[in-house]
Amino acid sequence: MAEGNIAIDVRNAVKRFGAVTALAGASLTIRDNEFFTLLGPSGCGKTTLLRLIAGFEEITEGEILLYGEDIGALPPNRRPINTVFQHYALFPHMTVAENVAFGMRRLRWSKADIEDQTGRILDLVKLGDLAARRPAQLSGGQQQRVALARAMAPGPKVLLLDEPLSALDLKLRQAMRIELKQIQKETGITFVFVTHDQEEALTMSDRIAVMSAGEIRQVGTPREIYEAPVDRFVADFIGETNVLDVTVHRGPEGVWTCRLPGGAAFPCQTGRPPQDGAAAHVLIRPERLSLVSEAACENGMTGVIDQAVYLGTDIQYGVRLDGGPALLVRAQNAGESAEPFRPGDRVGLAIAPGAARLLID
Amino acid sequence: MAAELASTRAVSRTFEPVRAPLLIPTWVIIGFFLVAPVLMMLAYSFLTKEFRGGVIWEFSLAAYDQFIFDRGLFGDEPPQIEWTYIVIFVRSIIQAGVATLLCLIIGFPTAYFIATRPRATRSMWLFLVTVPYWVNLLIRTVSMKFLIRDNGPLNEALLGLGVINEPIALINTDFAVQLGLFYSYLPFMVLPIYASVERYDFALSEAAADLYANRWTILRRVILPIVRPGIVAGCILVFVPSLGAFLAPDLLGGAKNFLIGSLIEEQFKGNAGNWPFGAAASMILLSLVLIALFIYARRQARRSAQAL
Amino acid sequence: MRHRINIRRYPGFLPVTILCLVVLYAPLLVVMVYSFNDSLSITRWGGFSFRWYMDIFTGPESAKFKDAAWNSLTIALSAAVASTIIATAAAVAMVRGGAFRGKALNLALISMPIMVPEIVTAVATLVFFSAIGFTLGYLSILVAHIVFCIPFAYLPIAARLQGIDGSYEEAAQDLYASRFQAFLRVLMPLMAPGILAGFLLAFIISLDDFIITNFIKGAGIETLPTAIFGAVKQGIKPNIMALSTLMLSVSIIIVTLSYFISRYGRPGTKAEA
Repeated sequence: MAEGNIAIDVRNAVKRFGAVTALAGASLTIRDNEFFTLLGPSGCGKTTLLRLIAGFEEITEGEILLYGEDIGALPPNRRPINTVFQHYALFPHMTVAENVAFGMRRLRWSKADIEDQTGRILDLVKLGDLAARRPAQLSGGQQQRVALARAMAPGPKVLLLDEPLSALDLKLRQAMRIELKQIQKETGITFVFVTHDQEEALTMSDRIAVMSAGEIRQVGTPREIYEAPVDRFVADFIGETNVLDVTVHRGPEGVWTCRLPGGAAFPCQTGRPPQDGAAAHVLIRPERLSLVSEAACENGMTGVIDQAVYLGTDIQYGVRLDGGPALLVRAQNAGESAEPFRPGDRVGLAIAPGAARLLID
Repeated sequence: MAAELASTRAVSRTFEPVRAPLLIPTWVIIGFFLVAPVLMMLAYSFLTKEFRGGVIWEFSLAAYDQFIFDRGLFGDEPPQIEWTYIVIFVRSIIQAGVATLLCLIIGFPTAYFIATRPRATRSMWLFLVTVPYWVNLLIRTVSMKFLIRDNGPLNEALLGLGVINEPIALINTDFAVQLGLFYSYLPFMVLPIYASVERYDFALSEAAADLYANRWTILRRVILPIVRPGIVAGCILVFVPSLGAFLAPDLLGGAKNFLIGSLIEEQFKGNAGNWPFGAAASMILLSLVLIALFIYARRQARRSAQAL
Repeated sequence: MRHRINIRRYPGFLPVTILCLVVLYAPLLVVMVYSFNDSLSITRWGGFSFRWYMDIFTGPESAKFKDAAWNSLTIALSAAVASTIIATAAAVAMVRGGAFRGKALNLALISMPIMVPEIVTAVATLVFFSAIGFTLGYLSILVAHIVFCIPFAYLPIAARLQGIDGSYEEAAQDLYASRFQAFLRVLMPLMAPGILAGFLLAFIISLDDFIITNFIKGAGIETLPTAIFGAVKQGIKPNIMALSTLMLSVSIIIVTLSYFISRYGRPGTKAEA
């Protein structure tokens, strides 16, 4: 199928549980072969959206199309979509092989085909030798692989994954991220992945939808989401960020300049042109700021270091600007010798080109 | 709101579309063979009695009237309060109350003791306490009767040991009935108290001890107030069935220990039967039970409302 | 323990517990012991013998006991099967049927047989059966037993179902199982210990019942409890003690069995981390 072919089309989906609105009109398109992530804090509606796609919840308003076909009225067992559950939901009374074969049996595949496919899929998730075990005899990571194998075995068009890595410990989780991504590439199945972990979302996804309070805030590639968040929520949720109150001024050749209350000024990027002289917010990621000596400071952003926190790979400084606002600055840890800045020192700040992004709410 | 959402999600509703068909057998069986009979009893209690059992379909308050008033043999004397049946009810309530108290005095220490056992032996103790409950109630009551007879094993043993010189007359006394009720319903007291004590956080006892409370002050001021819901539940679970008990009064109490159960039974068995009167007595008993359960349910509802 | 004083312990609670167990078990043990008494008198110990057990099976009353035992067993078995099926369906509807209006009312209906005093149920059923012309006998006993067994079967089944994560049947449906297949292949195996416990409970409760049976059995049919009650009215005889011992042994065996089933049969909970 051609790149860009739409696998899932959610149109204005609304889901209400009694008086509570879990999803307030979400629209998005998920492309074929894509690793798509629904990201947001708990209660944002991401799991509800996933369950609507799977068919576990009935949609209140709107429609969901799978390859152009409305599936809103189909029960889950009529949708060619499979789910990897958060706590796996492996059938405890069946062996690994029986679990994996469950879906194919319901679809009345031939015995030989089921055996073939079970073997192939278990090899894919590297569990070929555990086929006769029961779920209770497996480690958390192995159970996770069985859940994945079981959901992929019947060859679904779309695979839904509901925070599948949340029950694993950190090391295993990091390994599984890479493996999941690899399996997705190999099989070409469209993955819809739900998580509240922004790092997970950034490292695995082709595209991400950031959700909050039942709405979709932004859809984009990991780079777009991180570099060009559309609003303050997205900026805050994805990584650490400094938000400053500024006024914007039009400079020569369409360059916009931000001015801080203290007088410091620096150029900024913006998607939509604002009004000249308007009040606005500007976002700057801590790692795109750097400390310079006060004398070398060109933009007038000078201040005092409040605190320095040692983070291992990085050192994070809190800097209080002369005009008032405080900022976080993250510098790479260059070793014992290269730590010239201490709390109490007066410093200047340098902004990497293009790092300051204007937000218009 | 997040918690609210989580709770709406946690409930699986897979069988929602077939809910009604799944419940129909229950509705039919219990509705037809229990709700209908009870409603019919309610109706009968307002009908006129026919001699030698049965009713005449004519509205009458005679059954309730007879329960409360004495109007003489021909019903033409001025009404006086008829104490006979009221006394039977009051005596039943007292018997059930004493039995409940007995269960509480023995049941609380037992439940507490079991709940503080190591996890491994806890269920074994609990099992030991509940096993007798599953033995046929009739057999248990008969066994008790056999044990406490005037010349039964208990008296023989006590005489043999020289503890007493003459057999204690236990059988056919109020105490025998209370003992029988205690014996019948003790697990109902132990189980809810056990559940409460098991959830009790003993760090609270330690905190109280740290603040100079001794063991018994801790029990009175900290543990008892916290496990009170379990105690209340246990008391109701013992009191309610004791109130309508039939076997213990009949087998252990003898003729002079006439209680509600026997009163109702008598109206429907034999020739002296007065169906409307029996129905009225049944409805009064049922009301007492429902009031007790209702108060309990209200308490529970208020408590869970406070917990939110 | 390093602390000399354990704040959890209360002196005197152990003796009370032991007293409690003595009161609970003494009557049963005494009856058990005396059932092996060779003497005709129930007060004097005349040596160990099985004569009263022989008497139950071969004595003058053996035919009566055999009939009563047969009735008791077949009624208990049928009532337990029927009430377990009804209670399982009700539990699935109540626990997996979402929130609905009248849920509390349904729960009240299911638990009504426990709430209404037995004596009231007994006379009400008797009056109702005679009013609708339902002949008193085997069938009337069976129907009444099904009614009061339902809540006892329901409680362990519903408790078990509440402990099973809803994602199991969702996973089954997600993997193309129909609702019925999801129940049959996934939910029911997971509920099995609860269903078995409910069945055994219902079985014992039916086997146990005296009051209701006594009212609605009609003439010419006895169950073991009504037969024993009838015999006891003329005084406790040794053969009744032997019969009682047999019955209480059966009860204890069944309860012990269900205790171990519920203790070791928890597959569903293990899989979750």
